[in-house]
Amino acid sequence: MNSLKRNRVIDKSFKYFGIACTFFGLLMLAIFIGNILMDGLTRIDWDFLTNLPSRKAEKSGILTAWTGTAWILGLTAFISIPLGVAAGIYLEEYGKKNRIAKIVEVNIANLAGVPSIIYGLLGLEVFGRLMNLGASLLAGAFTLAILILPILIVATREALKAVPKSLREASFAMGATKWQTIWHQTLPAAGGGILTGIILSLSRAMGETAPLIVIGALAYVPFVPKGPMDEFTVLPMQIFNWVSRPQQGFLTNGAAAIIILLLITFIMNGVAVYLRNKWQKKVNW
Amino acid sequence: MKKTGEIIIEGALAFSGLVTILTTVGIIVVLFSESFSFFQEVSLIDFFTDTQWTPLFTQKHYGILPLLVGTFLTTAIAIATALPIGLTIAIYLSEYANKSFRKSVKPALELLAAVPTVVYGFFALTVVTPFLQSFIPGVGSFNALSAGIVMGIMIIPMISSLSEDALYALPKSLREASFGMGATRFQTAFKVALPAASSGIIVSVILAVSRAIGETMVVAIAAGQQPILTFDPRDGVETITAYIVQVSLGDVQHGSIEYRTIYAAGITLFIFTFALNNVSYWVKKKYQEKYE
Repeated sequence: MNSLKRNRVIDKSFKYFGIACTFFGLLMLAIFIGNILMDGLTRIDWDFLTNLPSRKAEKSGILTAWTGTAWILGLTAFISIPLGVAAGIYLEEYGKKNRIAKIVEVNIANLAGVPSIIYGLLGLEVFGRLMNLGASLLAGAFTLAILILPILIVATREALKAVPKSLREASFAMGATKWQTIWHQTLPAAGGGILTGIILSLSRAMGETAPLIVIGALAYVPFVPKGPMDEFTVLPMQIFNWVSRPQQGFLTNGAAAIIILLLITFIMNGVAVYLRNKWQKKVNW
Repeated sequence: MKKTGEIIIEGALAFSGLVTILTTVGIIVVLFSESFSFFQEVSLIDFFTDTQWTPLFTQKHYGILPLLVGTFLTTAIAIATALPIGLTIAIYLSEYANKSFRKSVKPALELLAAVPTVVYGFFALTVVTPFLQSFIPGVGSFNALSAGIVMGIMIIPMISSLSEDALYALPKSLREASFGMGATRFQTAFKVALPAASSGIIVSVILAVSRAIGETMVVAIAAGQQPILTFDPRDGVETITAYIVQVSLGDVQHGSIEYRTIYAAGITLFIFTFALNNVSYWVKKKYQEKYE
């Protein structure tokens, strides 16, 4: 009887411990966001968004950083989306049984585990030096595109996998070719899932700092990039630069820039989750 | 009879898949060729036995040990933080929590994983380090402890979601048999479910270790940039990744030995994470228990 009671107590207390652990991470996030808001919120104003970086903390702004981030996001999307979606389609719809597809699949799993800084080393040598792009926006975008490719491919495959066979078979029965079936039936049906994957992987690319540091992106860029061959900085790099300085004024700037970065990240993730839920509800096979 | 258009399209799609292979080949070729030049000037024995890493000073030493120790110290702290919490969350969500709670908590935990790592670095430097300093004497303004703990918080979602998937995939009958014998949920979780899902949980831990080893910004910001051979978590350490960042921020000539050190450091990092990822893949394939 006694051990029964003890077991129940253990069972109950583990339940509360479990709840505590579940909320621990979220609590940390809350403390952190609260702390950042206190540090940085008052620093954000129109000037902060439209000023160039400066040696004086209170005159510094994030104009070059957010335009650089916008450029990088656009270019990365332009390069990675066609490649990632096409590779996903190939693996899911064409290469089910052949050996190359098997190798590609194992390879993608491996690439997903490669630390992002290694992609920077690759980008520095291949895009920066061999293709002579230097530390330009294009070199950064190529590096990030390759970095998020595995995520994009996996997301595309998952989305295609969720489309039932019957849809494809109906299309084939009407005399459609394989590509016609994919283009007109499967892809539109999987569109929501693919879009979710695209947004999440771009959000990941936006937060990356290490590979861009390695390819030589500058922390201090006193001009707004005008084309893909210009040198650049991005928000996370600007934050890193400010955070590495000892003066309180720059830490405050860092906190303010983090608020902007987190805001964009959360919006992107929110849109992705919303799209995923909406699509799941709408499609009732 | 296939139309030529169909064949061309298939070829183009297959080529996109091959880009990923090219990436792997590119990584291997670049890392090997640059570090090959490095190891022509520095012997492998020196690289692994010298206890000093000072390529940027006039008195140059190329011993990777301080960077390795720094990397493993921060990684060990991160796993010590993330494993108990992450695993408890996984057990709680799969064995105790009801469906609606699971459904609302999981995306919230994923949010932790979506926060850019540079942000975690700021958190470690400006919140966790001062907090640790307030009650542990001797904690430096850059230290392995703070960086490790924050890295741990960052990888909690990784361990919790992968482990939970492994637990959730177990057949109901396994638990019902245990409940039928009069076991509590706690006993069922630890004596039945955990052992049965152990391969999936081990995979989640290996992947978390690999992630922590390769993490860059948190350690570059909060752990410092002094490659000192120390096991004291209160000291500042430099990890492999932080060193690569440090060199990249400076102005180092291409082709110089300093430039090549980042590839030598990079290949060390790559080999570790590559081995860990493959071990996890192998564990998954080999020890996945089949039920029913």
